[in-house]
Amino acid sequence: MSTLHTVNKSPFDRPSLTSCLAHVAAGDAILLIEDGVVAARKGCAVEGALRGRAGDCAIYVLAPDLAARGMKAQDMIEGVTCVDYGGFVDLAASSARVVAWL
Amino acid sequence: MSGQRAKKKFLYVNRKAPYGSIYALESLEVVLIGAAFEQEVSLAFLDDGVYQLMAGQDTAGVGMKNFSKTYKALGDYEVRKLYVETEALAERGLSLADLQEITWEDEEEDYAEKPSILLVDRAEMTRLIAAQDVVLSF
Repeated sequence: MSTLHTVNKSPFDRPSLTSCLAHVAAGDAILLIEDGVVAARKGCAVEGALRGRAGDCAIYVLAPDLAARGMKAQDMIEGVTCVDYGGFVDLAASSARVVAWL
Repeated sequence: MSGQRAKKKFLYVNRKAPYGSIYALESLEVVLIGAAFEQEVSLAFLDDGVYQLMAGQDTAGVGMKNFSKTYKALGDYEVRKLYVETEALAERGLSLADLQEITWEDEEEDYAEKPSILLVDRAEMTRLIAAQDVVLSF
């Protein structure tokens, strides 16, 4: 079974996302939460890195964290899926393990 | 009760340098507490986490507890696998020679001292994570 990776820091604050992207396996899921959601916005400096992983991993953002930061689902890179807290729970429950990239 | 439960594979992932934040010390304390539960425990050191294992740490000048010697005691708690990512070392200008020597005693081989630090590359680290039951991040 696959791994759910959560990233809760902005890519401009620290390299949590970069490190996460370097350690995910094909078929894993990445969920951006808290300040981590900013990475999924179109035009963000890490867009290329995220797109590079979108082919073999599923990328999600937590919608309430997005909304809190004034961002909308349509501002996200194509292929990124918004989930609510229930979706977060579903992702965790359907993964064999959760790795938090702090 | 616990005897009937299967052992689980626990990996503690360490990604922060010591002393600048509480993560490294907290991780070590949780590892030592967790060791009492007889699970299959290993530690991973990547990103700034590799600084936790530096040899010659001296905290006298900063007035903080030097907990680096505790890593040497992990073998006594049957924590014998400290995986260190080679890329993380290289990015920081470090090599295995910069880390403290950490060993465990193999009772089955007349208490021979064996190295606890195992160098793995990033791809191996990815596989290691994927093989765990529980991953705790610090």
